[in-house]
Amino acid sequence: MKRRIFLKSSMAAGAIAVAAGAGLLAPTRVLAAAWPEAAFTAKSEADALNAFFGSADAQDSGDVTLKAPLQAENGAVVPIKVMTSLADVEAIAVVVAKNPSPFITSLQMAAGSAGGMFSARIKMGQTSPVNCYVKAGGKVYKASQEVKVTVGGCGG
Amino acid sequence: MASTKMKIKKNKTGGRDVMVLAKHPMETGLRKDKKTGEKIPAHYIRTMDFAVNGAVVAQANLGAGVSKNPLIGMSMAGAKSGDTISATWTDNKGETGTVEKAVK
Repeated sequence: MKRRIFLKSSMAAGAIAVAAGAGLLAPTRVLAAAWPEAAFTAKSEADALNAFFGSADAQDSGDVTLKAPLQAENGAVVPIKVMTSLADVEAIAVVVAKNPSPFITSLQMAAGSAGGMFSARIKMGQTSPVNCYVKAGGKVYKASQEVKVTVGGCGG
Repeated sequence: MASTKMKIKKNKTGGRDVMVLAKHPMETGLRKDKKTGEKIPAHYIRTMDFAVNGAVVAQANLGAGVSKNPLIGMSMAGAKSGDTISATWTDNKGETGTVEKAVK
C-alpha cells in the first residue's frame, strides 16, 4: 500500500513539471483554458470539484442524464455518455468517486456554441459510483450511477 | 502514431455530434513493465480542442483515467453544412495530433 502511494505522488510531481511546457504549445487557443492541473491531481472527489468548479455543491437534476453500463466487464474501457437539456452549458465533468485520481475528464465550452452531449471511455479501478456534473448558468447540477466493475483497469 | 479520426453525425436538435478517435496509449504512470519491473512513465492526452472554421468552441480536458485510444464525443449546436470542424489534441509530452473534416 505504501508503494502505491509513493507511485501516485511521484507521478503527480512529474505532471506539474511538464504542465508548464504544455501550455506554451497552443498559442492559438481562443477558449483560454489551461489544463486543470489541480482537479486532475486531487485525491478526493470534493477536492477535485473545488478545484474545477470552485465549489463542491451540486444539485441533483432530472435534466442531466448519465448513460453508463450497470456492470462493466472490463474496467479499462467503460463507455459513458452525459446528456443534458439545460441551456447555457459551460462545462461538463465526469468523476469516478473511488478511482485513485477521481477526476477523469471534462469538457469546457464557449456559451451557446456547443450542445449538451459529452461522451468518453473511461478507466475504473473498482465498483464505484460515476458522477457527472454539469455547470449551466452559474449553477452545478449532477447525475450519478453506480457501475459494477468485475476486472479493474487502473494500473496494477 | 498520430492517427486521429473523426466522425460527424447530425443530431436531433439540428446540430452535429462529433466523435473523435485518437490513437494514444494513455499510460497512467502507475503500471509496471512486467519484464523489467520498471514503472512505465505517464503518457496521456491532456487537452482536446474542438474548433468550427478555425475558432475553438470547446475544450475537453483528459486525465490518465481515460481509456487508451480515447473516443471523445461532443455536440456542436452551431455547426452546419459547409463548415469545417477540427479537433487538436496535446499530450503531457507535448505531442499533438489533429484531424479536420468538412460538415456534409
